[in-house]
Amino acid sequence: MELTGAEIAIRCLQEEEVEYLFGYPGGAVLHIYDALFQQDKVKHILVRHEQAAIHAADGYARSSDKVGVALVTSGPGITNAVTGIATAYMDSIPMVVISGQVPSHFIGEDAFQEVDAVGITRPCVKHNFLVKDVKDIAATMKKAFYLAKSGRPGPVLVDIPKDISNQKTEFVYPDSVSIRSYNPVAKLDVTQIKQAMQLLLSAKRPMVYAGGGVILSDAAAQLTEFVKMTGFPCTNTLMGLGGYPATDAQFVGMLGMHGTYEANMSMQNCDVLIAIGARFDDRVIGNVEHFAQVPRKIIHIDIDPSSIAKRVKVDVPIVGDLKPVLTELIAMLHNTKARVDAASLAIWWKQIEAWRVKGGGLRYKNSTEIIKPQYVIETMYKITHGEAFVTSDVGQHQMWAAQYYKFDQPRRWINSGGLGTMGFGLPAAMGVQLKNPDATVACVTGEGSIQMNIQELSTCKQFHLPIKVLSLNNRYLGMVRQWQQFFHGDRYSESYMDALPDFVKLAEAYGHVGMRIEKPSDVEPALIEAFARKKDLVFMDFQTDPKENVFPMVPGGKGLSEIVLSEDL
Amino acid sequence: MRHIISLLMENEAGALSRVAGLFSARGYNIESLTVAPTEDATLSRMTIVTHGSDAVIEQITKQLNKLIDVAAVMDLSEGEHLERELMLVKVRAEGEAREELKRMADIFRGRILDVSDHTYTIELTGTRAKLDSFLQSINHDLILETVRTGASGIGRGERILKL
Repeated sequence: MELTGAEIAIRCLQEEEVEYLFGYPGGAVLHIYDALFQQDKVKHILVRHEQAAIHAADGYARSSDKVGVALVTSGPGITNAVTGIATAYMDSIPMVVISGQVPSHFIGEDAFQEVDAVGITRPCVKHNFLVKDVKDIAATMKKAFYLAKSGRPGPVLVDIPKDISNQKTEFVYPDSVSIRSYNPVAKLDVTQIKQAMQLLLSAKRPMVYAGGGVILSDAAAQLTEFVKMTGFPCTNTLMGLGGYPATDAQFVGMLGMHGTYEANMSMQNCDVLIAIGARFDDRVIGNVEHFAQVPRKIIHIDIDPSSIAKRVKVDVPIVGDLKPVLTELIAMLHNTKARVDAASLAIWWKQIEAWRVKGGGLRYKNSTEIIKPQYVIETMYKITHGEAFVTSDVGQHQMWAAQYYKFDQPRRWINSGGLGTMGFGLPAAMGVQLKNPDATVACVTGEGSIQMNIQELSTCKQFHLPIKVLSLNNRYLGMVRQWQQFFHGDRYSESYMDALPDFVKLAEAYGHVGMRIEKPSDVEPALIEAFARKKDLVFMDFQTDPKENVFPMVPGGKGLSEIVLSEDL
Repeated sequence: MRHIISLLMENEAGALSRVAGLFSARGYNIESLTVAPTEDATLSRMTIVTHGSDAVIEQITKQLNKLIDVAAVMDLSEGEHLERELMLVKVRAEGEAREELKRMADIFRGRILDVSDHTYTIELTGTRAKLDSFLQSINHDLILETVRTGASGIGRGERILKL
């Protein structure tokens, strides 16, 4: 039987066992929405802005091992989606985005709602397609899903002109896919892994530095086993949190611009560094020349060869999927008689403990007068027993959430690390809640970020998503204010948030529960009450200290050991 | 350092802009870029001449390999290779210069493709240096226009870039 292109597109989603499609209709996707209407396998989630559709699909993917899927219309539909697509691209999130396009014969004529979707998204997708023949839809969709999830994952866009979605052809979904110019699976490089093992065993001051790749490769168990069997210290990047249990004694905390003193000092002063699914970016190692001043041997495991030796020189590069590579490394360590120099390792740990004491860990001066944002996160951690899915927006609240919520499991911490997209938190939480309907999902945000996608409170109402929104409201764009205080002579240019809405009334207007919390003593009772409301979305507006800064801090352009500690300690 | 990179890619709409976009997005420079289909019409072969440190060139080849449409990449300058560029030069050919230009074209093994009462159009192939040297050898004021293809490259002997 012949099907229309639109019906084929939806059948492809069914074949891929897509549970939720996040989207927003419009002229160029009317046929696809019509096909969607006439089936009930793929459930559509109507967002209120296309950016949110992409973030929701993104949150869905990050909290599972599935591909996130979104559907948007041509023109403004796809341009609104670009921020979301770039967010997913920077963090290597598997995603397929279908966009409508004006009819083929109108392309290039500046037609109504026409935009060069393939051109606009090219720099922020893993790959994209413009489908020019209805016969190509099925094969293109198959390729899109394959590309999105294989190798280094990423978003893939499929742009379908309106006339193509209305033409008919036989539907055959390919069983397999092969792209001759794309071979993502590298052969296990046993020689390199062996070299890495020998280098690790020769270390006197070893360090394990693990990033988001561990989460994407589902290699947290392997990372944990490796760290446990070696006794080495381990740090996670912002994207890697939960890849190694944060409550374990061998975890030295997050590293980087707002990482712990001990993590950054260990990173700077180690003699053998093993980087696992991390990319030495500017927010992690700070000044690259300063980092290179200390001689150390570097082992780097990554699925993407272009991530290796991009910013730092690497002694033992290993290209491959982390899970099989770590499994092999663990097996080799089991089979060797050689052992790490225990005496040196003990001295190294003593040094790290000394840094822990000097850095003060993650302490802050609490107050009985004014709510400290760190206290809110700590209390939330306690109340949720460290088991919540936590999404965040971008800014100070993001860093406090990363610092004070101890993630023991992967895929629980969901934030826009690479692109740093404000407005990510709430729509991402929608995707997380849909994927994990019985789980506790918290969105840590600020009064600045939340207003960038606050319309999604309406989506949450429609689909009964009982997200707990913790807004750390300090009446400032806090991270901007912090940099202005430190680096721009206290000139708070446009960082004060004036004329804020009454968030309690706003939440209520959308049909949710709103709370305003002003006193430190009310923080815990409010959180207990909010998280006990299993069926409600609760918007908590915490009036927090406007002067609080995020510490420790490696100022931009500085080296890791030039880290600044809190003035409170 | 100057590098000449050859690559094979799917002969599909948009493939060229993915390569060009990569260079501009990551701040790599392109001295020249040539592309045309190969004997297998589904593949295009591109030659890119670029400059960069070893680290930059390593990144360029890795990033090119990462593009889904790119099937194979070879840095020709890592080994023995040949490169050729085609140039067409239109010159003012009048009076004494008319004979002199013909002589220079012969010396450089160029061919005069088009003759009018007042102009010659000369075709030359060779390395970039040879073409530059031709332009320096004739009276600059006589040059009306030049068009160059940029270098095409191929490995010597058994150095073969093929799928």
